[in-house]
Amino acid sequence: MTKQQANWSPYDNNGGSCVAIAGADYCVIAADTRMSTGYNILTREYSKICKLADKCVMASSGFQADVKALQKQLAARHLIYQHQHNKQMSCPAMAQLLSNTLYYKRFFPYYSFNVLGGLDNEGKGCVFTYDAVGSYEKVGYSSQGYGSTLIMPFLDNQLKSPSPLLLPVQDAVTPLVEAEAVDLVKTVFASASERDIYTGDKLEIVVVNAAGIRREYMELRKD
Amino acid sequence: MFRNQYDTDVTTWSPAGRLFQVEYAMEAVKQGSAAIGLRSKTHIILGCVNKANSELSSHQKKIFKVDDHIGVAIAGLTADGRVLSRYMRNECINYSFTYESPLPVGRLVVQLADKAQVCTQRSWKRPNGVGLLVAGLDESGAHLYYNCPSGNYFEYQAFAIGSRSQAAKTYLERRFENFADSSRDDLVKDALMAIRETLQGETLKSSTCTVAVVGAGEPFHILDQETVQQMIDAFEIVGEQEGSAAAAGQEAAQPGAAVADQGGSTDEGVAPMDI
Repeated sequence: MTKQQANWSPYDNNGGSCVAIAGADYCVIAADTRMSTGYNILTREYSKICKLADKCVMASSGFQADVKALQKQLAARHLIYQHQHNKQMSCPAMAQLLSNTLYYKRFFPYYSFNVLGGLDNEGKGCVFTYDAVGSYEKVGYSSQGYGSTLIMPFLDNQLKSPSPLLLPVQDAVTPLVEAEAVDLVKTVFASASERDIYTGDKLEIVVVNAAGIRREYMELRKD
Repeated sequence: MFRNQYDTDVTTWSPAGRLFQVEYAMEAVKQGSAAIGLRSKTHIILGCVNKANSELSSHQKKIFKVDDHIGVAIAGLTADGRVLSRYMRNECINYSFTYESPLPVGRLVVQLADKAQVCTQRSWKRPNGVGLLVAGLDESGAHLYYNCPSGNYFEYQAFAIGSRSQAAKTYLERRFENFADSSRDDLVKDALMAIRETLQGETLKSSTCTVAVVGAGEPFHILDQETVQQMIDAFEIVGEQEGSAAAAGQEAAQPGAAVADQGGSTDEGVAPMDI
């Protein structure tokens, strides 16, 4: 008697890719705007990027229903924090909150693969990368989603810094200027769209710097 | 009112059909420092007098932001007020989360009132000793409510609670018919004047009062000290000119005339007059 398998899954994968790159005084967070299910496209204009706090932005790929629920949870918790502390949450604080929120559902996870980007308390760019149950790490750059297998090796080639165990200690944040980092992101997504069927349509780029948060768009392949 | 044999428990009626503990709770509101509120069709202003226990201490926070569209000013036991503000904030966040829209003010005050009523009908609880002026903007317009420890709530065009609030109420009664169409800045001026009435001759300074605004396109926020001081200075100069031009009557706190004697003319100066 073979074990009965479920004929219904509570999860779905809506595809897409996200990327974040940290700079000395900026952070670039980008994601494509295609939402798909299986081999079908649900919409070409869905934003996977969410502003959680003044200097903190999250991009998530995976199951967008779970992503939406997660974003709402974090937004509500942020409001409570603001009432109690009379200030916005910093990016590192939000990073920890996100990790705890994800682990809270360790046994029925949010099917959400996140990258968190923003400025830390000193105004330096920071990127945090997560798995679905909240394991996270502060890094200089990261990508998640279907396209990440194509994107990550390229980012490693361009941005990887020598091991932090070596001396002198090298900063994980990229020495690139903001404009160069945005260009890199555009290149990376254009390449991923060529081969990854789940990535394409339009690219949404969000840049966080001392002046605030700025958004720009770029067209990608529609096929 | 005096002590009597029916005032020990909140759950004991008096032969005249009164609950004395609830009425004593309302007395506690009257002992707190003044808070006022007034509204137009598009804006609501809350103001309060900040009394510090001593020169060494800071003053208590009496105006709380509840949500972008709702704020509350309290008078009475500030600890009770703080707890209720936390409850209100929670309710707003939960409603927003579920319905993706702001909690209508009328709903919130009913929930508050029901919470207050519970405390009037349980022998192991006591009524809240705080009066709440809830200011909020929702789809049906600008609202100002007063929530009582008794569990009653009323909607107002303008109101004042706390000690010496009668002076402010008299001022507001004189002026309230103009409020509906007042501009935001005129409303703030009226609020500051009303606060000044409760100070009975003390000079109005931005360090002794707090003013908060919520309105169409303007989320609830407390005005910073400099802005408030500028507004006080502005109308005090105008008031000086008006004061010299005005033939009859003398107002209790004549602006600009910072003569100590003025403090002596208390309520008489603020009695309803034709101006």
